[in-house]
Amino acid sequence: MHAARVVLLGPQRLHRTLNQAVDSLRAQGPVAAVTAGWEEREAEDKEMREHLGGRLVNLALWERAENVMERDPELAKALRERQDRLREQHELYRMRLVHAIDAARELMRRDATPGREEMLEAEIVGALEAVRGLDEFHLRRVSLIHREFETEWKPAERDAVERHAREMSQILDACECVCVAGGHVVALLHRLRLFDALTLFGQRPIIAWSAGAMALGERVVLFHDSPPQGPGAAELYEEGLGAYAGVLPFPHAKKRLHLHDRRRVALLARRFAPDRCVVFDPLTRMDWDGHRWQGQPGTLRLHDEGRLVQAGSP
Amino acid sequence: MSATLVQDIERHARLGPWALEKWLGGRQFPVVEGRTVTFVFRGNVDEVKLRHWIHGLATALPFHNVPATDLWFLAIDVPEGSRLEYKLEVVARGEHRLIQDPLNQNLASDPYGVNSVVYGTGYQVPEWSMTDPEARPGEIVEHEIVSHALGTKKVQVYLPARFRRTRRYPLLVVHDGPDYVRYAALKTSLDNLIHRLEIPSLVVALIQSQDRLREYADDPRHADFLTRDLVPQLESAFPLVGKPSARALAGASFGAVASLAAAWRYQGFFDRLMLQSGSFAFTDIGPHDRGPVFDPVVRFVNAFRRNPGKPAAHMYLSCGVYESLIYYNRSMVPLLERAGLDVKYSEAHDGHNWENWRDRLREGLSWLYPGPLWMVYE
Repeated sequence: MHAARVVLLGPQRLHRTLNQAVDSLRAQGPVAAVTAGWEEREAEDKEMREHLGGRLVNLALWERAENVMERDPELAKALRERQDRLREQHELYRMRLVHAIDAARELMRRDATPGREEMLEAEIVGALEAVRGLDEFHLRRVSLIHREFETEWKPAERDAVERHAREMSQILDACECVCVAGGHVVALLHRLRLFDALTLFGQRPIIAWSAGAMALGERVVLFHDSPPQGPGAAELYEEGLGAYAGVLPFPHAKKRLHLHDRRRVALLARRFAPDRCVVFDPLTRMDWDGHRWQGQPGTLRLHDEGRLVQAGSP
Repeated sequence: MSATLVQDIERHARLGPWALEKWLGGRQFPVVEGRTVTFVFRGNVDEVKLRHWIHGLATALPFHNVPATDLWFLAIDVPEGSRLEYKLEVVARGEHRLIQDPLNQNLASDPYGVNSVVYGTGYQVPEWSMTDPEARPGEIVEHEIVSHALGTKKVQVYLPARFRRTRRYPLLVVHDGPDYVRYAALKTSLDNLIHRLEIPSLVVALIQSQDRLREYADDPRHADFLTRDLVPQLESAFPLVGKPSARALAGASFGAVASLAAAWRYQGFFDRLMLQSGSFAFTDIGPHDRGPVFDPVVRFVNAFRRNPGKPAAHMYLSCGVYESLIYYNRSMVPLLERAGLDVKYSEAHDGHNWENWRDRLREGLSWLYPGPLWMVYE
């Protein structure tokens, strides 16, 4: 289910543009906030509250999820088991991914023999297809785990969850828009999913950044080009909530990606096409109206030739 | 050797002091060109030597004098990515003096003083070891540990930024911790690596011994202090996870010996070790030649090699290839792997010094305690 309107912003810690985004939506009254990605620091929203002139109402999704775990130990146990399965599934995917990405990278590093460029390109396309196939396979496997869990446990129908969903629905009645902050993307995504947050948000515009932007998309991609350990191959984690389509957000890309490395940039852009891999550094913004995207000038995306281009351009 | 540079030096020296002064004035020394490093010294002295701590090279390399001038130079081959600490030994009228290189601004400190340092091509001081204004700083507090074996000891404790009593943190105990902070930028590195999510927020005990050569050399009192006094008292005073998987020991040189020896004596207590340039001297045959202070170390390492057991689950081991200890450290790796440890071993073109240990902190700490880098996007 796509949202009616989504605004994706760059990271907000040092360059806050949230209030401008709220104003641009002409939203009146309180702004509902999800800061569950901050985990146990969820309630430390003083700076954001001040930035919005006191209009913020924190939905306290993290705290509510903790409360659900306490009140419904059966569900808590099932959630932990699901998490274990997801972790193992991801480890298995990663074992295959490292080799598939290596093959694609090695081919992309190679210089084509003059006059036989087509041969190399065909192998690169094949290697990328292998990575994309692996990503899709992983997505299906993870979705199956989620579907089985939903079918067996129907969390939305459980008392502990329903009670909090009702409370949040009442809070949201007074709010014209919702903002979803960053943090731990999986902790955030799973809590949003537990309470079926998109249904709760209804047609209200959503403003999101960093992990918040990632969790709301159709696919969640974890990435870092130079981690202290490991090869730094982006990983598809699982499906996101699907509030919008067509964009994969890459927050803090200047820090996390080698944007000057054309081969790496091209690999990411081609791997996740047709989605646009958009660089969300401070002061960037993309607007989704339910059908189309509009990028603020200066907001860039990865091009399949390894360049950075305006996010809105073809 | 860079023939052009040496020819330039000699030519300008022969043109006279004024021309030489002018030519030298616009240059940084030592000059690094590819693998060649050229050192220059000026002075009316009898001899100049490069004093370094590179195992395998003669410890004093003589400079060449340009005849009839006060100019001395030396060009040596230094592999890319190297860091080389040195002093100049200057001999004049029979008097030998060890001095810092007056033409080199780059210095490295350790508890024994200050050395000049030259960076080979490609070496860069890691940016994560320098202050990052975006990184929230942690704080270091004083804490007192009552030890039955070693008396009351003052310990510094690093608490990460946004420390909360309601959370549970992993613990890292660092031997010579205050020196790591002073000479190896440990606090800045912790602040930055935590900020960058490359390691989790953790509590770090910075311990120091007044008698480290004895206590760190497999002294059972030290192992008792760590496991019976320090860790339990810290786990009472601070919100720590309190499980072996969240307890780590670290140290360099004798500090690495102390870490391994304690983990070996109390197997299962610490799951993680970071051992830098460990003084793991051993003998397969005959006596050792490292002096009496190494006697207990050699006894321990020999015993450990005979029966390693499993002192930890994860270990990060590093050593500089210019250290005399490189052989011992390399020898540990297959032994540890056979013992079932998950070992990461790293070498650097560097010596037995604090900046070598600083430069490996990111790799070592993130191996001990991987951070939530892949999961957190603030």
